[in-house]
Amino acid sequence: MAVHDTQRQADSLLDVEQSIKDRFAYIGRLLWRDKSGVVGLIFFLTVVVAAVFTSLIAPLDPLAQDLRASKMPPAWSEGGNWDHPFGTDNLGRDIFTRVIYGARVSLTVGFFGVLIAGVLGMVIGSIAGFIGGRVDSTIMGIINLILSLPYLLFVVFIAAILGRSLLNVILIFGITDSPIFARVTRGEVLRMRDSGYVESAISAGARWPRIIFDHILPNLIGPLITLATFEMSAMIFYEAGLGFLGLSVPPSVPSWGNMLAAGRKYLTSYPWIATLPGLAIVWTSLGMNLLGDWLRDVLDPRLRRSRK
Amino acid sequence: MQRYFISRLGQSALLLIGVIILVFFMVRVTGDPARLMMPREASAEDLEAFREVMGFNRPLYVQFLDFFSGAIVGDFGDSLHFKTPALQLVLERLPATVHLAGIALIFALIIAIPIGLIGGFNPGSVVDTLGRGLALAGQSIPNFWLALIFILFFAVRLRWFPSFGRDEWHSVVLPATVLGLPVMGQIVRLTRSAVLEIRGEDFIRTAYSKGLEPRTIYIKHVFRNVAIPLISVIGVQFGYMLGGSIYIETIFSWPGMGQLIEQSIGWRDFPLIQAIAVFTSVVVLGLNLITDLTYAFIDPRIRYGSS
Repeated sequence: MAVHDTQRQADSLLDVEQSIKDRFAYIGRLLWRDKSGVVGLIFFLTVVVAAVFTSLIAPLDPLAQDLRASKMPPAWSEGGNWDHPFGTDNLGRDIFTRVIYGARVSLTVGFFGVLIAGVLGMVIGSIAGFIGGRVDSTIMGIINLILSLPYLLFVVFIAAILGRSLLNVILIFGITDSPIFARVTRGEVLRMRDSGYVESAISAGARWPRIIFDHILPNLIGPLITLATFEMSAMIFYEAGLGFLGLSVPPSVPSWGNMLAAGRKYLTSYPWIATLPGLAIVWTSLGMNLLGDWLRDVLDPRLRRSRK
Repeated sequence: MQRYFISRLGQSALLLIGVIILVFFMVRVTGDPARLMMPREASAEDLEAFREVMGFNRPLYVQFLDFFSGAIVGDFGDSLHFKTPALQLVLERLPATVHLAGIALIFALIIAIPIGLIGGFNPGSVVDTLGRGLALAGQSIPNFWLALIFILFFAVRLRWFPSFGRDEWHSVVLPATVLGLPVMGQIVRLTRSAVLEIRGEDFIRTAYSKGLEPRTIYIKHVFRNVAIPLISVIGVQFGYMLGGSIYIETIFSWPGMGQLIEQSIGWRDFPLIQAIAVFTSVVVLGLNLITDLTYAFIDPRIRYGSS
């Protein structure tokens, strides 16, 4: 009888998150409780909407030049009008339109960069964690080498060698960022391998695929999603930085970094050409960091960021 | 301690060898380093002559041994742009960068540590909220954008500080502030969480229960333990600033290594970039080594633990 009661109690505890609808409702409640998480989510969603529905939000052509209407100030300052809400740049291109198009470049780099880094990192980290021994120490040695380098300098170095293209930028970030994912994955795998529940699953006769898919992967997802949010924010940041140095996507592509770089020359006379695209980076980064902080609290309070 | 010291030293040496190998092969990933370093319009004869001069037509292992034996003693060949030894050019730029990063670090520490300590002791207070805002700002605002905003506001509009160069004593204020902000945020975060963690430790409760003054507890028990993670992060942050200075020095025309990196990329001066990459890595590895050894010296758990 007592056993039966305990069983029922355990079930009712699990019931809270049983159906997908309940689970979403639960996450929604958690999110609502932390207002900065809500703000972060809204910021991030605006960027996603801008990147997906680009041409609906910004009907103008981001490359269309109009030298008669060049260097127009934003709508809220003197001399501006709502045809060009953020004004125009030195070639008369609409800055608002270009900022919206820039969201595409940033999110593409951030999303695919994190995807590559995450998959590579998970594979490498799992191999190190599961096999252990000499394989583990070799892999960790290489990872520690990469993580102890001055990151930005090497990214700039590689970008200068490979040349300007979207694919190169994605590959650079995807590969150079994978060690962080590998390290977190390895740490989690090691911790779980020695944990009671994996041990009891083994002793209950579960096979490895089942242990990996039922016991280890679900526990990995939390920390990795949190990490992915921070790393995506960092990549968007670094992509803009590369663009600022003229090392990211080709100059014809409207990206936030390229716009900043081009606007820098006109900083003192026509500041909006550089400052407004920069504000878009701040907006995105702020949103993703708030979201990441919240995810960390909700999904995994143990994870601490190691590198910036 | 001695064993830890030796193993840590050996580890750094291995890392350094790794860096040199990496830097050697990086300029060769596209297949033809001559095409990488020469202007795009260079003729086939020019390229061939360049390969001859640089020794790129020799077998790869000969090139590698040559590069490696040079790099170990600090010889990276001549800069393509200046025609003088690359390492010397890097060293000439070092003082300006150390000046900038040093001021930025001091500035960050002076502001961040008190805010972090107060925030940790009074979570939710005004100072704590300010500290968390600062940490978030440091993490979210790109320094290359903030630098432009600072120039617009403090140099162009208010005319308080010069917007470029290193000629006047207060030239360093704007670049150091921008460079120090992300570091400040990190240190606030770290100090705060360290205080929060240590405050809950058993030995603090013991200290209270034996009737020590709160002030004594703060100074003797909390601060000293907060210092440990702080020391470990200072070295890392200083290394980070060497990289971050690429933007700041470029924007503020600060004649340091960061500016040299940006310029040498424009010149496609890869021997110079290689020299900067290895040199900066040596500095960063050295700082990490010093940090770890200091750490071990302060924290007996590491000194006596596994090496």
